Amino acid sequence: MATTTLDHQEHAHPTGWRRYLLSTNHKDIGTLYIIFALVAGVIGAIMSVLMRMELQEPGIQIFNHLAQIINAASPETAVDAAKNLYNVMITAHGLIMIFFMVMPALIGGFGNWFVPIMIGAPDMAFPRMNNISFWLLPASLTLAVISMFAEGAPGMMGFGGGWVLYPPYSGNTGAPGPAMDFLILSIHLAGASSILGAINFITTIFNMRAPGMTLHKMPLFAWSVLVTAFLLVLTLPVLAGAITMLLTDRNFGTTFFDPAGGGDPLLFQHLFWFFGHPEVYILILPAFGIISQIISTFSRKPVFGYLGMAYAMVAIGIVGLVVWAHHMYTVGLSLDTQRYFVFATMVIAVPTGVKIFSWIATMWGGSISFRAPMLWATGFIFVFTVGGVTGVVLANAGIDRAFHETYYVVAHFHYVLSVGAVFAIFAGFYYWFPKMTGYMYNESLAKAQFWVTFIGVNLTFFPQHFLGLAGMPRRYIDYPDAFAQWNQISSYGSYISGIGLVLFFYLIYDAFAKKLLAGNNPWGPGATTLEWTLSSPPPFHQFETLPRIKDLEH
Amino acid sequence: MRLASTAARPSPAFRTPILHACLWLTALAAGSAHADGFPEPGQIGFEEAVTPIAHEMHFFHDWILLPIIVMISLFVLGLLAYVIFRFNEKANPVPSRTTHHSTLEVIWTVLPVMILVVIAIPSFRLLAHQVIVPEPDLTVKVTGKQWYWTYNYPADQGGGFEFDSYLIPESDLKPGDIRLLSVDNEAVVPVGKVVRVLMTSADVIHSFTVPSFGIRIDAIPGRMNETWFKAEREGVYYGQCSKICGQGHAYMPIAVRVVSPEKYAAWLVEASKKFASTNAAPIHLADSGAQSVDQR
Repeated sequence: MATTTLDHQEHAHPTGWRRYLLSTNHKDIGTLYIIFALVAGVIGAIMSVLMRMELQEPGIQIFNHLAQIINAASPETAVDAAKNLYNVMITAHGLIMIFFMVMPALIGGFGNWFVPIMIGAPDMAFPRMNNISFWLLPASLTLAVISMFAEGAPGMMGFGGGWVLYPPYSGNTGAPGPAMDFLILSIHLAGASSILGAINFITTIFNMRAPGMTLHKMPLFAWSVLVTAFLLVLTLPVLAGAITMLLTDRNFGTTFFDPAGGGDPLLFQHLFWFFGHPEVYILILPAFGIISQIISTFSRKPVFGYLGMAYAMVAIGIVGLVVWAHHMYTVGLSLDTQRYFVFATMVIAVPTGVKIFSWIATMWGGSISFRAPMLWATGFIFVFTVGGVTGVVLANAGIDRAFHETYYVVAHFHYVLSVGAVFAIFAGFYYWFPKMTGYMYNESLAKAQFWVTFIGVNLTFFPQHFLGLAGMPRRYIDYPDAFAQWNQISSYGSYISGIGLVLFFYLIYDAFAKKLLAGNNPWGPGATTLEWTLSSPPPFHQFETLPRIKDLEH
Repeated sequence: MRLASTAARPSPAFRTPILHACLWLTALAAGSAHADGFPEPGQIGFEEAVTPIAHEMHFFHDWILLPIIVMISLFVLGLLAYVIFRFNEKANPVPSRTTHHSTLEVIWTVLPVMILVVIAIPSFRLLAHQVIVPEPDLTVKVTGKQWYWTYNYPADQGGGFEFDSYLIPESDLKPGDIRLLSVDNEAVVPVGKVVRVLMTSADVIHSFTVPSFGIRIDAIPGRMNETWFKAEREGVYYGQCSKICGQGHAYMPIAVRVVSPEKYAAWLVEASKKFASTNAAPIHLADSGAQSVDQR
């Protein structure tokens, strides 16, 4: 251990499994989150490759075999079971990637690791709460997995109504079995975990900044996590309420969402999207923060328009709270309601544009070193722009009428999330891997992984725009033969992305096997945030004497 | 048949060839035309528009939205490429320290606002045209069910019957049928008339979509939604359920046959008999033994 106060430290932290299970250390908990996200990410990715294998050709040729393995379906019932299993898998893929991959990686993982360090704090404000925030997640994932093997729709295993969980399909009408109840409880736990984590971040950032670290000097990653935490605290309780009402509808005879008892299925959609839309900003805002840090570091320039960047995120967060019904243009909203949501949604393009242009302006005039993290960050700007502009298209209710629930939407949100947010996760991973582990990764392998993934994901998702334009609905296990060509190309793309993922894990293995020491700051003079002043890996407790922040350049 | 119709009017593939060619950067798809009411292999654009609303939507997308988003994407790509070549550490070893440029910041805030206004004007006009239903010539009530559609033609318009429309299973397809799109009983409407569609569901949420008509409306239990279309050309137009509704979600297509008013009148008479009789059919059990009990 690299610290000087050895005897103080020895009784301060437990070793072995107790170090992690009972951890109150933000870095250990961050590590747990990252490992958890990697595991969940692999599960989610395998699911997506299975789905792409199924969609590679018209007809059902993979899931009927899968249903015999997973659901123990007989050969006669295999095709029906396959249709259900496919829906179960799209549902699980969505929930796993959102709640168990992107959020734990960006917020729980990088947030826990680097927000306290960046603001010059020794740890999070509530270290024990931090522990329970993490350990609720494996419990939540377990319930979600159990749900896949419990009865959902009559005679079918698992809940296959999509991650949006719309009743009546998620009610007793569509899925009376216990699969949906398991899923509700799983989301309750994941939600509780995120709320606790968010409270922890807000308290830490407001109260534990080092002397001189004013909010307006705080690194943009800390800003992004702050805005994200507010979104979580404001919206997750609404989701929790909605799914609790769904739970009582299912089990205790209430009729919140059942028209037979005076309820309304649309109420659920409003409540769900009041959470669900801010949720997409929850996924992407920390990614914005990471990209800002990386671009500034590798351009060897401070972030361009720092205040504009910070308040653009605040603006995105605030406006993001009041645009939810743009997911519901086809439910029969009144003309004025649709007009409002079109207008509000398009407004978001403005602060987002500010961010894109400010990133490019940060690079402009810089002396850019294209190391792996910077490659991912540059790739992020491009793919996020592509996903962003199709978002502007979809904001228009009039044209969303053509695209809603088609592959165009799938392409759009995978460009911003599966490609955008995931690029940011890889960027952050490579950026901070030397800091977190003390070891340097293999640069050539990392660059190879970037290019393989970049080609793979674009090949996967770009043709899906064409499918959407041609009208192919999403969440379909089988499609008219005319859609075969682009589906095939899309599937090949996903296999290439899969190879990229294998490369990534080999790279991690390689870095730990070779143990090439990284040093305190492998990135040079551009890396100005506090984590680069510490050893790699940082001491178990950093900043026992608080750092004093002098006037940083912004 | 389709060849003749393509020759008769300017195909959208000819209207926007340059646009598409540079947009999608794919020679593969360049030859693909848009089909009448159903998708064609390798298609990269919309299905053929046959209602005023669908024309307006296609114009809005193909001539306003698509050029704008392609230009923005290429602009950002161009800036990135310039930055990569001009400001990499070899080309520019000493970084500048510029972090503010007020004029630039104002420009990249105001310019997007102006672009959004350009988008918003036709967008709001289109929205109003879609949502405000004109005086209808006839009304069809559609009910989504797991996993088929029921079409109800009101009695005061010469109907007074309803029928179920199921997917034709793969084993029963006849030549000319389209796998996963052709149905046993198509909805039939007259050409050139304003058809109001009333939409509800009997179980879970479904969504009624016909791309060529530019309509998509959710079928929600306990609610009656409405939309409208005025088909300009005869033909069969297909769509698929667009809200996940269980294991049969991909297997409840929509097929609407647009016919001349005369044929429509004839169909009404025929359908009243056919579907009225199936509803009130007496069951004959006695003459052919136990096996016929299983037959419907």
